[in-house]
Amino acid sequence: MADYIIRNGFVFDPILGINGDIMDVAVKDGKIVDAGDVTKATEIDASGMTVMAAGVDVHAHVAGPKVNVGRNFRPEDKLFSCSPRSGIKRMEAGFSVPTTIRTGYLYARMGFGFSMEAAMPPLYARHTHEEIVDTPIIDQGALPVFGNNWFVLEYIKENEVENTAAYIAWLLAQTKGYGVKCVNPGGTESWGWGMNCETVDDVVPYFDVTPRQIVDGLIAANEMLGLPHCMHVHGNSLGEPGNYGVTLDTLKIAEGHKPNNEFGRESVLHHTHLQFHCYGGESYASKSFESKSKEVMEYVNSTDNITFDLGVVTLDETTTMTADGPFEFHLSHMNNLKWANTDVELETAAGVVPFIYNPKTFIAGAQWAIGLELGLLIKDPMKAYITTDAPNAGPLMRYPRVYKWLMSAKARDDMLDNVLKYGDSVRERCYIGELDREISLYELAMMTRAGPAKTLGLSHMFGSLKAGLEGDVVVYPYNPESDTDDPEKIEYAFGNCNTLLKGGELIVKDGEVVSNGKQKRTFWVNAKTNENPVVERDISEKFKRYYTVTQNNYAVEGHHYVPNPYVIEVDATK
Amino acid sequence: MAKITLTATKTPELRLEAENISPDIFAGKSVAEIAQLHVFVGKESQKLGDYFEVAGESGSTAANTTIVINGDVSRVKYIGMKMTDGEVIINGDADMYVGAWMSGGKITANGSVDAFSGLGMTGGELTVKGNAGNYLGAAYRGDWRGMQGGIIRVSGNAGSDIGTFMRGGTIIIGGNVDVHVGTHMEGGTIIVKGDAKSRVGGQMVKGEIYVFGDIEVMMPGFQYRKDVDIEVDGTEGSFALYEGDIGERHGKKKGETIYGQLYMKY
Repeated sequence: MADYIIRNGFVFDPILGINGDIMDVAVKDGKIVDAGDVTKATEIDASGMTVMAAGVDVHAHVAGPKVNVGRNFRPEDKLFSCSPRSGIKRMEAGFSVPTTIRTGYLYARMGFGFSMEAAMPPLYARHTHEEIVDTPIIDQGALPVFGNNWFVLEYIKENEVENTAAYIAWLLAQTKGYGVKCVNPGGTESWGWGMNCETVDDVVPYFDVTPRQIVDGLIAANEMLGLPHCMHVHGNSLGEPGNYGVTLDTLKIAEGHKPNNEFGRESVLHHTHLQFHCYGGESYASKSFESKSKEVMEYVNSTDNITFDLGVVTLDETTTMTADGPFEFHLSHMNNLKWANTDVELETAAGVVPFIYNPKTFIAGAQWAIGLELGLLIKDPMKAYITTDAPNAGPLMRYPRVYKWLMSAKARDDMLDNVLKYGDSVRERCYIGELDREISLYELAMMTRAGPAKTLGLSHMFGSLKAGLEGDVVVYPYNPESDTDDPEKIEYAFGNCNTLLKGGELIVKDGEVVSNGKQKRTFWVNAKTNENPVVERDISEKFKRYYTVTQNNYAVEGHHYVPNPYVIEVDATK
Repeated sequence: MAKITLTATKTPELRLEAENISPDIFAGKSVAEIAQLHVFVGKESQKLGDYFEVAGESGSTAANTTIVINGDVSRVKYIGMKMTDGEVIINGDADMYVGAWMSGGKITANGSVDAFSGLGMTGGELTVKGNAGNYLGAAYRGDWRGMQGGIIRVSGNAGSDIGTFMRGGTIIIGGNVDVHVGTHMEGGTIIVKGDAKSRVGGQMVKGEIYVFGDIEVMMPGFQYRKDVDIEVDGTEGSFALYEGDIGERHGKKKGETIYGQLYMKY
């Protein structure tokens, strides 16, 4: 493997406290080393450009059954967004739900090295892994969903944290999953009865357990196991006007929980796409719809065991997809477009609906503003990560556009004055008009690499240019001294990196993808627990009584579905 | 108005995908440049000049450019795709996707056109002197935005699935149509001067369909309301008005439920 030295770039690394210093970054044998430790390295001239560790995406939907349903039932999404094979590059297609190939290339062009698939239905884990393997270049992991799982609901109802933890450990090993995701806790299961859980104290029918208990129990089990990532929640009442109270109730469940892990993670709860959970008002139709981002951020800023990601609406036509089945049903009745849904036996459900965030409507404009407000109101950017909940609030390829809005007040004003039809109402009923903060490159590095790597428990591998970390380095064609006049330069630069090294391999050279990557890995967490005959018996019973597959046909066979694993071992036997 | 003449010189082995035959693309280009434009044959990219003799002169803009196509283009797809202005005259039969996604200008096919013509069209005029194939003025596969504006006039017959997901504009068929007319229609007008088979207006939400001849099998979701005397495309007559599709969702305007309207001529 060739060694590389990236010379004279403006380096941004919040972990090392480097803020735009002109330095050299070296990669040897796939790892970052001190610049003096390489001798016969290939030189890359980064003068006048920005150098960072490669990006880490904490939450995106880029592999698995619902993503594939989105691809299948939206041929029109690929109609005019196709580029043929050329050179080493394979054919790419799709806008909001790109093919696996385009997903890999998009991440590479945006300078990312790792992405977490945010919701894996355990029963369909095999499919998720097939798509992960087919996605070139980037390392990936996937979070199985637990928030509506029958085992979890029953154990938590009885306050059996140890059994919950044992079941989680078993399922992670079966599905080759990375951590604990929880979508609309209890609500998706309630939907099977035609109901939902709209607050944290609504009771799930039959199981007689509340979202509050589920979130609390899953955090406790997550910390009992000492998993690298914290509990990752998509709260109740997503997208409902007036839901910020439910959001605060959900966040407050983390009070009293302490992080327990060997990975340097400080958060016990990660709340995803928080934008969809910060709404005031009574309904979309009333004049009362407003931003409550400040109220939610006041709480987030006052605690140190919560992280979140933004979920910025990018005002595009996109494809929504979530394990929040009742929400997708609701959405399909708002726009009357096509709708796909499924119930995943004892585990979860999901729906898929195309959606257009129309800048000519007040609601879409307010949603756009609220997402950005969260990023602008955060005190410690290590706790707030930039996402679009891709593709739910916007396609993956819009990340650079979100950076532009966060980094340039001028770009935001242009949106409010010239693009949004109800820009004045958005200024009135949201906080965006009073926020003139501009996220710096140093803060951007926290919000897109250092922070997500830390909360995923991967800061020993990603998110910094510290010697010994993975050789994931990106050079963006952005000069922090002379390119600050034009916000469009931000969007261009972060969508078209000049150079990407992934694990020491040259992937993007002079803005062109030159390799499909050889080292792509699937990360999963193997948590060792004490023998638990109760849980073993319960699993065997449930498979015999309820599942349509046998227990023997359930597991993801690692050698076949995860050909290049990176296993993080956790010992929870003590 | 400047005129470019394309004369087909050979029949392609496979279908020729020629989305470059459009006044928007030809405008401002010399004959030699036009001959160099690409066409796809299967997975291969070839030159327009390999299949056509190009003569005449293009205008400076699409608006003052006319393209006349002579010879056999019955295996040439996408003529006039996405055109915004100007004129295309096809002296013969053309293959699929004629005038697909067109937003302005005028296409006249003196022969017949195959399926998917006027697909997702938002404006302009498409006139077909012969017959039209299936999915005329419909939506692209998976899309919910069929024809949204403009006018399609076919002198002969048309195939099945006319105006699927249609939202605006007018389709006039001089002859007969096959099954599925105006499925999922949300606006616009379809006039059939001849007969229609079954499933006219299935899952229709809004818009109007006029049938001068017979409907072989009527959809059960349509209810007879009243008789009306009206003029349709220059013909006066008595029509029976049916509303539907009752099984579909329907919006309200001033307290009144809006239905799709199906008129059958006595």
